[in-house]
Amino acid sequence: MNILTLLVLIPVLTMVVVLFTKDYKGARLASAIGMGIELIATVYLVLAYLAARKTGMMHEMLFTSDFMWYPSLNIHFAFGVDGIAVAMIGLTSIVIFAGIFASWELQFLTKEFFVSLILLVTAVYGFFISLDLFTMFLFYELALIPMYLLIGLWGTGPKEKSAMKLTLMLMAGSALIMVGILGLYYNSAPGGGPLTFNIIEISKISIPVAAQRFFFPFAFVGFGILGALFPFHTWSPDGHASAPTAVSMLHAGVLMKLGGYGCFRVAMFLMPQAAQEMAWIFIILTTISVVYGAFSAIWQTDLKFINAYSSVSHCGLVIFALLMMNETAMDGAILQMISHGLMTALFFALIGMIYGRTHTRDIRQMGGLMKVIPFLAVVYMIAGFASLGLPGLSGFVAEMTVFVGSFQHQDMFHRVVTVIVASSIVITAVYILKVVGVLLLGPLKDQHHADLEDAKWYEKLSTVTLVLAVAAIGIAPLWLSDTIVASLKPIVARLAMVIPF
Amino acid sequence: MDLGQFILMRHELLLTVAALAILVAEIFTSEKNKSKLINFALVLFALVTFIGFIPGETGNLFGGSFQSSQLTVFMKNVLNLAVLIVFLQAEGWLRKPENADKISEYFILTLSTLIGMNFMVSAGDFLIFYIGLETATIPIAGLAAFDKYKSESAEAGIKLILSSALSSGILLFGLSMIYGATGSIYFADIATKVAPNALIALGFVFFVSGMGFKISLVPFHFWTADVYEGAPINVTSYLSVVSKGAAAFIFTIVLFTVFKNIVELWKPMIYTLAIATMTIGNLFAMRQNNIKRFLAFSSIAQAGFILLGILGAGELGMTAIVYFVLVYVFTNLGAFGVVAAIHNASGVETISGYNGLYQTNPKLSWLMTISLFSLAGIPPIAGFFGKFFLFTAAAGSGYYILVLIAVLNATISLYYYLLVIKAIFIEKNEQPIPEFRSSNSMRIALVMCITGVLVTGFASGVFEYIRSISKLFLN
Repeated sequence: MNILTLLVLIPVLTMVVVLFTKDYKGARLASAIGMGIELIATVYLVLAYLAARKTGMMHEMLFTSDFMWYPSLNIHFAFGVDGIAVAMIGLTSIVIFAGIFASWELQFLTKEFFVSLILLVTAVYGFFISLDLFTMFLFYELALIPMYLLIGLWGTGPKEKSAMKLTLMLMAGSALIMVGILGLYYNSAPGGGPLTFNIIEISKISIPVAAQRFFFPFAFVGFGILGALFPFHTWSPDGHASAPTAVSMLHAGVLMKLGGYGCFRVAMFLMPQAAQEMAWIFIILTTISVVYGAFSAIWQTDLKFINAYSSVSHCGLVIFALLMMNETAMDGAILQMISHGLMTALFFALIGMIYGRTHTRDIRQMGGLMKVIPFLAVVYMIAGFASLGLPGLSGFVAEMTVFVGSFQHQDMFHRVVTVIVASSIVITAVYILKVVGVLLLGPLKDQHHADLEDAKWYEKLSTVTLVLAVAAIGIAPLWLSDTIVASLKPIVARLAMVIPF
Repeated sequence: MDLGQFILMRHELLLTVAALAILVAEIFTSEKNKSKLINFALVLFALVTFIGFIPGETGNLFGGSFQSSQLTVFMKNVLNLAVLIVFLQAEGWLRKPENADKISEYFILTLSTLIGMNFMVSAGDFLIFYIGLETATIPIAGLAAFDKYKSESAEAGIKLILSSALSSGILLFGLSMIYGATGSIYFADIATKVAPNALIALGFVFFVSGMGFKISLVPFHFWTADVYEGAPINVTSYLSVVSKGAAAFIFTIVLFTVFKNIVELWKPMIYTLAIATMTIGNLFAMRQNNIKRFLAFSSIAQAGFILLGILGAGELGMTAIVYFVLVYVFTNLGAFGVVAAIHNASGVETISGYNGLYQTNPKLSWLMTISLFSLAGIPPIAGFFGKFFLFTAAAGSGYYILVLIAVLNATISLYYYLLVIKAIFIEKNEQPIPEFRSSNSMRIALVMCITGVLVTGFASGVFEYIRSISKLFLN
């Protein structure tokens, strides 16, 4: 059996098993085992992929399989992965594995919770392995829907409002994507012949430029909404702040990456001319995203809001780097996706754990936690350092690559925006260090916090998994970076074919 | 003429026989045993539905007045299937003591309308078409007024009969103009003679207005909400699914075959109607608390989506519409079934009354959720495929902006469907609807619906089959 089919099948089976469990202990155990197997399958996929590349398999996509689904519309179940997709799948498996353990103590409608969560992640796997725009879109929409119940039922604060806002904004985004996809479909055979939804096939032809100009904004903004593109990012802080821990982790860590991934895989890769022409508009928007997100994070006092705005900033950087359209910057973009995915998942996990102990997320009411919960505090510091780009951790590798890549452009415009965006590192340092200082260091602010318990085994497992991944990328980035660059070549080549205006 | 040719009319004849058999059976049933009529009717109709699926000959009768093709047979089967589900859902309601003396009437009236719809779908000229339409409409007024001691129900009946009389008048007026301009009532003749001149245009506008009433397109939708609310729930579901589905079928057939040469004339009209219907239907649906009114407006919005398929003229448009109606049958009857089950058990028919339903009736809650998600077009449920193909059809004709408006409307519709889901799952309630077990036939009906909703999308064969018969029909 194809390893990719297995990646979708394991979560589906896990859901079925969870449905038949008796109590919350059974449900969480089944989920943990299922996602553990998924993680092992992912490791196998990564190794198999690297091995296949080493033996000189030069196809763009590996492990492909193709089933005809709707013959008359030429819709297929077409699967396959390149280095980028493999990296994203790796990210997903790590985050969901950590996420299950981060919600170990959840006892309200546990079965429903884990089923929804795993349904969400199934859709994410499906999205990353799809080579057919139809199935890709199907999985994309499927990923958005469990979110409503996950936030609405298990969330905190103004959860119903946030859940509704998030769902509707993202569905509006998928409306744009749908128009983009249909546009691609009907222009996929300019010289006659059967129309197709297949990404690889479309990438071999060039869509008429007029059509590109019309449909590129639809596809790009549609995916951009999920990637928190300014000014469509407003769902993100509310949604992430209200969501339960594991959902925030998965959503900020993985789901927002669907947006970035779609932006380049669908919008830019398939419509390169329009991408070149319109890049400047979106570069300006993402520059605003990066700086505005970082500044907003400074003024927040709720830990989740701080992290949510920081996500807006970091995800803005992803799309910014993609739009630079050279190999180095795009490599940085993918690295940033993974690095941010891991970091933000770690942050949200820690925030959930701290909130579970102190029952507040307001940094003004906490202080000196290093003394009482040293383990969590240290991990929080590591996450913070990764986030502000300390060398040796993943954030540094990603951001450095992005800025080196974007500075390769010679013209004034690109140079200026790069400088502005790079300045966000300083702002990031401000809010990260501020939180670390207020929250962890200094004297204990609230005496009720004096006898808090430190991390339990499942919390340690959850955080250590993520920390290891963050450190691994920081210390040995090249194997990942090389894999990504090798797969980026055809994309960059296609973008470079068109002469910039 | 060879009598054997009447086999082409097997659906209509079988239904007539079934209706008469129920009528006769009632004569021979004693007062005490009246409720056994329900079982008899259910079994009989299930048999009729089944026989309908047996493939048979196709062709024309009466010099082209009656046309039978694989596509029309399929449409009739879809309608039969929908009515079977409606009957199964109505069983519990018919067994209530207040309905004991009207059991056979319910079946006979419903079957009469179904016969009318079948003739309408098979019509080859405007005479059969009109007779079918009237047969399909007038008995429904009786059904809407079924709870005759409830003033809302009586009101619904009178509203329905008045508005449909008006719309029939308008429709006939339009048809008379088309007859005047072309000198024929035969579809095949008109198709060749029709030309974009003023008289045809005027006639066509009246025709569309008349049909607009039947399909409840905005701005001809005013009767819908009141009638849906006043009529008994099983009649509402019949109106909203079967009646509307049949009208959509025939509307598409007439536009695609009779008026195909004046496409440029009607496309702007349909375009405008589509936007108005989707948007207004959605905006009103948001504000409803009565679940029947809510579903009424949501079904208006759904009718707007069907128009997108009409704009995607040709084989793909036809396929998308038939497929969408099939999916809509399962989806909407699923939702109506849950509403009917809850109404039968507890009398609740407001959305706020559903608060906390998940605590007491989780299975029903999931059924409702899946049905609503399907209505909203969420993958991987059938509703997603139905909508996607409609949009694909419209986009194929270049209507990308309309598709965008439609998908945004689908997003708006998700909002109000989520309100119901929120009531069911999230809202707290001290006294939720108590746990109950619905009747066996209702369960069968719901299982049929949910199977249809879950399977139709994945089984691409359904779509491909409809596509092949649509191709045959249009060539």
